[in-house]
Amino acid sequence: MSAVAADARPRIGRGLRLQWEPAQGAHVLLYPEGMVKLNQSAGEILRRCDGERMITEIVADLECTFGVSGLSDDVTAFVSMALEKRWLEIRP
Amino acid sequence: MAGDPPVRPGPPLWLLLELTYRCPLHCAYCSNPTDFARIGPELGTDDWLRVLREARALGAVQLGLSGGEPLLRDDLEPIVAEAHALGFYTNLITSGVGLNESRIKALKRAGLDHIQLSFQDSTREMNDFLSHTRTFDLKSKVAALIRRYDYPMVLNVVLHRLNIDHVEQILDMAEQMGAQYVELANTQYYGWAWFNREHLLPSREQVQRAEEVTQRVRARVRERMQIYFVVPDYFERRPKPCMNGLGSVFLNVAPDGIALPCHAARMLPDLTFPSVRDASIESIWYDSPAFNHFRGDAWMKEPCRSCPEKTKDFGGCRCQAYLLTGDAANADPVCDLSPHHHLVTAAVAGAGHRRLVEKPLFFRDHRNSLAVS
Repeated sequence: MSAVAADARPRIGRGLRLQWEPAQGAHVLLYPEGMVKLNQSAGEILRRCDGERMITEIVADLECTFGVSGLSDDVTAFVSMALEKRWLEIRP
Repeated sequence: MAGDPPVRPGPPLWLLLELTYRCPLHCAYCSNPTDFARIGPELGTDDWLRVLREARALGAVQLGLSGGEPLLRDDLEPIVAEAHALGFYTNLITSGVGLNESRIKALKRAGLDHIQLSFQDSTREMNDFLSHTRTFDLKSKVAALIRRYDYPMVLNVVLHRLNIDHVEQILDMAEQMGAQYVELANTQYYGWAWFNREHLLPSREQVQRAEEVTQRVRARVRERMQIYFVVPDYFERRPKPCMNGLGSVFLNVAPDGIALPCHAARMLPDLTFPSVRDASIESIWYDSPAFNHFRGDAWMKEPCRSCPEKTKDFGGCRCQAYLLTGDAANADPVCDLSPHHHLVTAAVAGAGHRRLVEKPLFFRDHRNSLAVS
């Protein structure tokens, strides 16, 4: 797995869309002719990936929102996986 | 073991609108019904917009706009705009014929998310022969337009006996065009392809070679170009989980407003498919006998009924079972547990030593449609 810099600002990949679907009670990631239904943590991470916030800021926001600490490794691992799957991208 | 009664399904997450059966191409493997020339008038714009609103309210989210050639509808742009406003992810499935710069600009503005462009082969000669039109150069221009308007480049090529040996050239062409996704979809034998099966069914050796080439190209291009090789089910020993079971996630509305659980299901006998002209999407999806008929497993016969794999493949494809055995409730004969499996193996064996088919390729067009229906 490739390392992701803590100051990277990931965003949803080109051609993909993240949205909340009431009928499924979940965030879904939509892409050409396909869809992934996300679990809660994946949805919470991805919806913060707006290309503005750095990973450190996303981690801080999640820790604050859910009143927990030590999420950095999990978030970084998820972001790496999502970059490989092209759910996310980092624009130079 | 008694079958379970149908359970209330989830929402129709996938909505496919076949906006028209009209098409400038004449592909001999077309999945449209062979009697399309006798099918009634197309829905009007307001009907399509109502279908979009009702389906979205139930939870539909992936939208395919296909045909025929959907660009032949001059209300495609307002249909896309409404779908986008409702929150659909919108996919246009097109031959590219009719997609000029002003239309792609208008579609982009309307919120179209994705365009899937079909090619018939890698060269002008074969593309134009197989589609029975002169469209290769035009498609190449459309591919450039799709890139220029910042769409993900998704190419679809239907494979069969006459082009499957060109997979390497097809993938080279896709790479040169900057494709991000390529779908190599082996022909499914329904509709026009059923008529032309002797011409189109490849040999087992051809399929193996095509898969080897695909693997080799995949290893070279990696993530740059994702290649989906849709396996031809005649060469398998277990059936595909067709539509994830009829009536589970997929809803198709045909040009005349008939609602179907699969675009080929219109051929199934003894079922009256409802029309969106007379009924709401909600009542069609949840309450109509035609959509409930193949839900659950009460309809199944042996060997499916007592098979532990029935929850995985749902007995395969109802249309294939009907076409090959005459009974849509039989196991899909692709399954080697089916007592009719020999029908599939015989067809594949025949493709292995066939040199020449005497009857001509039967191209999809208005006159041929009238002739067979």
